[in-house]
Amino acid sequence: MAVAESYMEAGLDPANRVLRIEPSKGWSHLQLGEVWAFRELLYFLTWRDIKVRYKQSVLGAAWAIIQPVISMVVFTLIFSVLAGLESDGQDYRIWNITALVPWTFFANGLTNASNSLVGSQNLIKKIYFPRLVIPSASVLAGLVDFCLAFLIVLAMMPFFDVAYSFRLLTLPVFLGVAFMIALGMGLWLSALNVQFRDVRFTVPFLVQLWMYSTPIVYEFSSLTKLEARYGFSPETIEALGLVWALNPMVGVVEGFRWAVGVGPEGAAFPWQLLLVSGMSAALIFVGGMFYFRRMEKTFADVV
Amino acid sequence: MEVIKVEGLGKRFFIGGVQTKFRTARDAISDAFIAPFKRAAALLRGHATGAAELNETMWAFRGISFSVNQGEVVGLVGKNGAGKTTMLKVLSRITEPTEGSIEIRGRVGSLLEVGTGFHPELTGRENVYLNGAILGMRKTEIEARFDEIIEFAEIGKFIDTPVKHYSSGMYVRLAFAVAAHLEPEILIVDEVLSVGDAAFQRKCLGKMGDVANSGRTVLFVSHNMAAVTQLCTRALLLEDGSVAMDGKPYEVVAAYLARGVENQAEWVNPNPDSDAEVEVLAIRIRDDQDVLQPVVNFKDPFQVELEYEVRAAMRGVSMAFQILDSQGVVIWTSEDTDTPHVRDRMIMDPGTYVSTCHIPAGVLRPGRYFVNTGAHIPSVRIITGHQQVLAFDVSSVGFDMPAGRQGVLAPKLDWDFRSVRSPEPVPEPQL
Repeated sequence: MAVAESYMEAGLDPANRVLRIEPSKGWSHLQLGEVWAFRELLYFLTWRDIKVRYKQSVLGAAWAIIQPVISMVVFTLIFSVLAGLESDGQDYRIWNITALVPWTFFANGLTNASNSLVGSQNLIKKIYFPRLVIPSASVLAGLVDFCLAFLIVLAMMPFFDVAYSFRLLTLPVFLGVAFMIALGMGLWLSALNVQFRDVRFTVPFLVQLWMYSTPIVYEFSSLTKLEARYGFSPETIEALGLVWALNPMVGVVEGFRWAVGVGPEGAAFPWQLLLVSGMSAALIFVGGMFYFRRMEKTFADVV
Repeated sequence: MEVIKVEGLGKRFFIGGVQTKFRTARDAISDAFIAPFKRAAALLRGHATGAAELNETMWAFRGISFSVNQGEVVGLVGKNGAGKTTMLKVLSRITEPTEGSIEIRGRVGSLLEVGTGFHPELTGRENVYLNGAILGMRKTEIEARFDEIIEFAEIGKFIDTPVKHYSSGMYVRLAFAVAAHLEPEILIVDEVLSVGDAAFQRKCLGKMGDVANSGRTVLFVSHNMAAVTQLCTRALLLEDGSVAMDGKPYEVVAAYLARGVENQAEWVNPNPDSDAEVEVLAIRIRDDQDVLQPVVNFKDPFQVELEYEVRAAMRGVSMAFQILDSQGVVIWTSEDTDTPHVRDRMIMDPGTYVSTCHIPAGVLRPGRYFVNTGAHIPSVRIITGHQQVLAFDVSSVGFDMPAGRQGVLAPKLDWDFRSVRSPEPVPEPQL
């Protein structure tokens, strides 16, 4: 919605602020200032999502832990015990769950955000506020689950002889990238979902494919196998690795492993991966914001 | 000071068009392949087409211009589908106008529904905070008014119970209470006064009156014409998507009601609701000679006749009608079960029935009256209802009171006259 706000003669007194409502054309401003003005609503919607999520469930918030733990058990049985996949020389269990925890945050955030607008139709049709707060609240609410699940990783570390180190302090960076991707994709998909309910059927499928294209159950360094098998040069493989990092979850997962200390022995901070993944995530995020803003004006009419 | 200025405002909707027939199988197949790409391209350019081809359009309203000064309480009246609610949605920025512009000075609060965003799993207290935030109140504002809100809602000890366990009355009261404590400079309200029981409605109207008197600007949509005339300082009549009249509430309301229906002796339900167990088929005004009459004389009694169909065997149904004056004020509501031998009918078998009400002479003063009708099971539920379906006139034949005499009704009542204390009789001179 094109809203030109001008502070007219009376200065900054909001009572005298003039709001102009007009049809908008083309791509519009992000109006992030307005989202800021509605930060309390964002807070309350996030709080509601957290509060309501595990109501009337027996296990409650334990679900946040059960999901990645069960996945870890299954993946360990299939991919380590049966298929015999390598895990960067680490114990498969801690190595796998370190990747699963941010992955679960991303996958749930993406799924919840995609359905959030359609699920909040009654709000959208009856009241005005920047629609951006709805998918944002869905992803933000997932942070609580993430923290609970990450406690399990921290609790498991001593059992697998993984030392706590200062590297853990870099985690917020990787979590931030995961957040950007989850929200960025959530913005695209939720806006599309308003028009095309096909999105609802696509998302679980997309999440599944995405997981297998991210080194969660297998190593990032599996790429080096191409050298022995197809004779790729080490430079080509390195370049391919950076192309792979365009899937921004690659950078997140490898970053988490580095920070927890379950990555390849003696590996340096994966700054190249982080750079490529971070840029790709930022592109998805900013693109999502603009697309969302563009479609926002039709939500109340179409949803 | 002008606080709202609307210029040339228009809103167009896409409505689903008729599917065009595929000419050949090849076209159908190629369309099936190409259409998603066409749609995707349209979508990326920002045209919302939706999954169905939406190519038919309709203007909800067009070319609307008006302005509102600070402190005015403006009522929007018009038939269903006249564009009132859409106009409020555009003014409160829920949906974007297609053309024209609006300028608004000050903080706007809109109330298109009570309880927007209430979550059944949350407690009353939690919902007050959530709903307040959704309506645009700050947390500190909500905290400051919290006790007032709870008191207004008459919720008491249930405040920490999840609202899914509330009765519908409690739910609505709490929802309205939050809304009523919203204090923006400009308030936009849609038909939310028609919630709760009669006592609570009166309380809501009172609250609206306070808001109106506090110098805030209010834009108000209602089908309750009496509320419009009581609360508003000005009214706009929307008709066919444009402003048909703008003026004093009582003039606009009278024009709207008069415009809706010509005086006529009979209304036959044009599209009876086939799902209702009981439906009114017709309503008629007859004079005391049983002749259909759109104009009855003040001096003569007349009859209101309801013809209705009962589709399923029903118990405890009341057939009712209301008489409204030209301002939309309900003069009375009468039900056939007010009469003991009608009340004692037990089960009504399926079939068509007629209930007739006999109205004595000399009650309604000369003028135009409107009739609402419907069926309900008292204090259980409303089965069917029809608003202002019929209009009739009471002529002044036999009306011999002075024209300036005030009152909605002009009944000729019985009076008595006697003396209670006469002056002391003058004693007769005694000789």
